[in-house]
Amino acid sequence: MSTTDNIRDDIRQILKDHGRLSTDAAGLADEADLYQAGLTSHASVNVMLALEGKFDIEFPDRMLKRGVFGSISSIREAVEELTA
Amino acid sequence: MSSSSRDASQGASAKLAHRIGSEVAAVHAADVDRNARFPVESIAALKEARLLSALVPVELGGMGMKMVELTAICTALGQYCAATAMVFAMHQIQVACIVRHGLGSEYFRGYCRELVERQLLIGSITSEVGIGGDTRSSLCAVEIDGDAFVLNKDATTISYGAHADDLLVTCRRDAGAARSDQVMVLARRGQFTLEQTSQWDTLGMRGTCSPGFKFRSAGAAVQILPGDYADSSSQTMVPYSHILWSGLWLGIASDAMSRAAAFVRAAARRDPGTVPPTALRLAELSNTLQSMRSNVHDVARDCEELQDTEEGNESLLTIGFALKMNNLKISCSTLMVQVVHEALLICGIMGYKNDSKFSLGRHLRDAHSAQLMVGNDRIYARSASMLLVYKDT
Repeated sequence: MSTTDNIRDDIRQILKDHGRLSTDAAGLADEADLYQAGLTSHASVNVMLALEGKFDIEFPDRMLKRGVFGSISSIREAVEELTA
Repeated sequence: MSSSSRDASQGASAKLAHRIGSEVAAVHAADVDRNARFPVESIAALKEARLLSALVPVELGGMGMKMVELTAICTALGQYCAATAMVFAMHQIQVACIVRHGLGSEYFRGYCRELVERQLLIGSITSEVGIGGDTRSSLCAVEIDGDAFVLNKDATTISYGAHADDLLVTCRRDAGAARSDQVMVLARRGQFTLEQTSQWDTLGMRGTCSPGFKFRSAGAAVQILPGDYADSSSQTMVPYSHILWSGLWLGIASDAMSRAAAFVRAAARRDPGTVPPTALRLAELSNTLQSMRSNVHDVARDCEELQDTEEGNESLLTIGFALKMNNLKISCSTLMVQVVHEALLICGIMGYKNDSKFSLGRHLRDAHSAQLMVGNDRIYARSASMLLVYKDT
């Protein structure tokens, strides 16, 4: 399994634990709109915190906006940028 | 810094607002307050001055006004009648959402032309029974059938609901959407009915006439504002609300300061050579007012500049900007009460009396609304959550 796949799985698990989505994160497409799946701004902060803890990263302020946390693939891109 | 931002408080539109404020709004302010009635006279004067379409771009017939100048108008109006200023500000917040997010739509371009022509007053329905005042959640959903929509909402409060021509309503995108997956729908007069469900007999801001209503509407699907409400909320509704409100609260505080200053000057004239003891408190008040003014002007100017570019508009979606908006709202709503309270201490019994030219009762009652409309505790809780990830670097 490639690193990208691992990251994706970790993101899905974090969304499942902290995203309070109305659908199961395991079944969400990479490009699915997380806000349409029920992610609120409050829950997104918990997702950010869990991601920072899991990947030992800090999202810079420029990344702290809706678009970056809008889908599994956009989150993965951000995580990959910070762990590169 | 744009030239308009430096002297907006002295500009032609602010002068016009002062004229409407002193000649119309101030004349009826006590009656509006006493009878909790809509400030019809001053809203009519603002319509006559074409100010209800101030934000509409010039090519559609409006003034193309921006945040700084509009804030100065709210401050001016707030000095004469806070209810008038609040109705005006709330209307402009709705117009801002339309002109900043709707102009890709032929329907909304046409609506803007009509707004200019007829000076329509737009109200807002965000609150909802079962949700309360959290604007970013809805229970009701717009139902679309072909090119028609049906939308019903049980609103806990609709400001000037009975006096608005049209209403901009938040709701879920469809019946299957999450609570936070919202859009805005413009319901036109004749397309909706309102059944009043509560009264508006409040401590202050009595002239905004904001009871609860059951809203029922049907119209054309093109009346759904393009895009996600999540974006229009962060990029437009929240900044316009918090800045224009802070602007008018600054107006209330400024007028309280003026009354206190006039009181102190009168005391000084009775005994030249002796600085009245109240002057010290006035100096303190002047200090607080200046912080409030600087904060409003700074944030209004920042926001106007950011709203002007694509990159800037992106940054309005960041946590950093949301925190700045929260801090402005909390700060101004708190400082205003402090300023009015201190002005009352200066004027003493003359400020406490309702029939004196130094009267501060209405200011104080109006001022207390600010910490409750979008409650400061709710805002603090959101900021607290955001600060867990925000680094301020």
